[in-house]
Amino acid sequence: MRAIGMILAGGNGSRMRELQNRRTVAAMPIAGSYRAIDFALSNMSNSNIQKVGVITQYNARSLNNHLSSSKWWDLGRKRGGLYLLPPAVTGESWWYKGTADALYQNLSFLRNSREQYVVIASGDGVYKIDYNDVVDFHVLKGADITVVCTEYTGDDITRFGILNLDEDARIVGFEEKPLVTKSNIISTGIYILRRRLLIQLLEQCRAEDRTDFVRDVLIRYKDVKKIYGYKMNRYWSNMASVESYYRTNMDFLKPEVRDYFFRQYPAIYSKKDDNPPAKFSADSRVSNSLISSGCIISGTVEDSVIFKKVFVGKNCIIKNSIILNDVYIGDNAIIENCIVESRSMLQPGSCHKGENGVEIVIEKNKMRVT
Amino acid sequence: MIRKEMIAMLLAGGQGSQLGILTDNVAKSALSFGGKYRIIDFPLSNLVNSGIDTIGVLTQYRPLRLTSHIGIGIPWDLDRNSGGVAILPSSGKGVDSDWITGTAGPVAEYIDYIDQYDPDYVLIVPADRVYKMDYEVMLDYHIALDSDVTVASMRVPEGGSVSSATMLIDAYGVVEKFEPDTACPCSNLESMRTYLFDWQLLKKALLMFKEEEVLDFEKHIIPQFLKEDRIVSAYEWNGYYRDVPTAEEYWKANLELVGERPELSFYEKFWTIYTNGENLAPAYIADSCNVTNALLSEGSEVYGVVERSVIGPGTVVSEGAVVRNSVIQEDCFVAKGAVVENAVIARGSTIGSGAVIGSGEGSGICVIGEDSIIPDGAVVLRQTEKVGGKEGDRP
Repeated sequence: MRAIGMILAGGNGSRMRELQNRRTVAAMPIAGSYRAIDFALSNMSNSNIQKVGVITQYNARSLNNHLSSSKWWDLGRKRGGLYLLPPAVTGESWWYKGTADALYQNLSFLRNSREQYVVIASGDGVYKIDYNDVVDFHVLKGADITVVCTEYTGDDITRFGILNLDEDARIVGFEEKPLVTKSNIISTGIYILRRRLLIQLLEQCRAEDRTDFVRDVLIRYKDVKKIYGYKMNRYWSNMASVESYYRTNMDFLKPEVRDYFFRQYPAIYSKKDDNPPAKFSADSRVSNSLISSGCIISGTVEDSVIFKKVFVGKNCIIKNSIILNDVYIGDNAIIENCIVESRSMLQPGSCHKGENGVEIVIEKNKMRVT
Repeated sequence: MIRKEMIAMLLAGGQGSQLGILTDNVAKSALSFGGKYRIIDFPLSNLVNSGIDTIGVLTQYRPLRLTSHIGIGIPWDLDRNSGGVAILPSSGKGVDSDWITGTAGPVAEYIDYIDQYDPDYVLIVPADRVYKMDYEVMLDYHIALDSDVTVASMRVPEGGSVSSATMLIDAYGVVEKFEPDTACPCSNLESMRTYLFDWQLLKKALLMFKEEEVLDFEKHIIPQFLKEDRIVSAYEWNGYYRDVPTAEEYWKANLELVGERPELSFYEKFWTIYTNGENLAPAYIADSCNVTNALLSEGSEVYGVVERSVIGPGTVVSEGAVVRNSVIQEDCFVAKGAVVENAVIARGSTIGSGAVIGSGEGSGICVIGEDSIIPDGAVVLRQTEKVGGKEGDRP
């Protein structure tokens, strides 16, 4: 591959409510047995990108833990490999002030690479893409910057960057989180450009004390540089809010989504842990649900996504809910429309029902030594 | 080379010919077990959990799937600079090198491998048994008795048949009589074919029998130790241990796992069993189906009924299909309306819609070989031959 990868995984996802306290969005568990960043990393690995930098900042411990070994994504390499790029305290800075600033502070990483292109991707998207196709498009159009975009139909479209493309797919309009949208084409936060151009733009930003890649590069330069939109037609989702996180997980209950991500080539990789198969006791009643490895299910589970190592006691009723990793649910508990935070311990008979939208349940596990 | 106190040699060459078509293409130790595991995962994880980080895996019969499963040992943390796992293919004298044709022969071929690490002790472990055992405790026992070789052993339950050497021991556990002939056992204490040797003594014995065509631990080496008045002791083991020599035993041992509190638990944090699995996706269970007393591995999907069964990774049970009292290995497809009862279905098989596999009566089990294609509506009550070919896609 002619590119290096940069994954922006430093965001704090303030709309993730209490879920953000435990980890950054890129480390959010997703689809039962993955983490958000697995998608960006697997796509890069599957596109033969051999050198990937992950820019981290906010609450990165869980993410660091997940990335403690790079071999799961075939990035444990002698040449290239996976680089974690947290902010470093230096004479002039000690925190990334924005996406462009984060990239600028790792300018030496970019300078020391030899690949011609840089793929910049956010760490919170759920999608499959071959970045080689995007680079081919980029070269074909003679573009300076290519933004991967997709058509979006959800009602929360105003949380995205909205693009207007002309007939040649060149971006003529770019508005970040507008109040009124003029099109339904959104930026997916994946950008491709030449490495030298990126270095030049970042130095320019620094000189002008600008820090945000979208606002200060894409929008500011859209009439000067040739910025093109590459349309992605397959499944794409990201999880910037609790609602979109919930919806993305529930999407995996659809056969076509499962088939696309779990069974079709190429695969999505993740850190492998050593959980036994999911176990179902004589009293289990499960329908339309995903049950991950290491679970023991004795109750009723409907239309839910159960993550790893979850224990569901007898006569429990779990509906339309997401139970994150390592949760213990005592007998006779009722959980509806909830996201149960990982490592919670729900007492027998406890009842949680999300009345207006999704409720986030966090119950400290008193059995766990902290 | 860094010196190691104890290293292990895993004997993974055996076919397990009594398993019939299940081991047609694969050594017994690479046969899947408990859904996502393979039999060798148990001894291999035992070794790693016992703190042994240098392991030679001796292969012989159909080693491809075994060697690709182990690779460089990443799942067991055996990808190491010093030590780690080494695949040691045996040049082999026999074709079916089951236990009868000699267990020590392959080890004798790799004296140089063991000598690299200059160990005090060498542990010999069969790779085709399912159990959890701490070999460090066995080493403590070996040292406490000042033994020259310690043989792990079990009591044969009353009425059970003996399948390896038997021993008479004194009050301290020192072996007084060692009877390799299984036809005339001298006691109910049976060898588990797991031996802990002082390396220098074992090496001497291996070299002594250099000229033997067939070299066996129980027929040659241990009797030789006794002849030389060495201390041979028996380490008695009372825990869970399954040999699964036949398809029926294999089926039974798998189905034991679906019980509420099986003797072999995968769910305790202590003593994890590691494996090399590619499938990561969670299991999916569709609307209006019934899954009870079952193990579902990663990536499996159930649209029908699964009762008292073990389902392997990536296997699909379609709408209206019923799987009962059965073991289905990885990547199988059970089409609509098929009924599978009291059966073992090996990996990659397709069961056509409306087919009936096995019978509900206690007339023994039905075994379907790897990559079989059972046509729609077929009735297979007892099957031990391969059906259909690899041609043709899944319906």
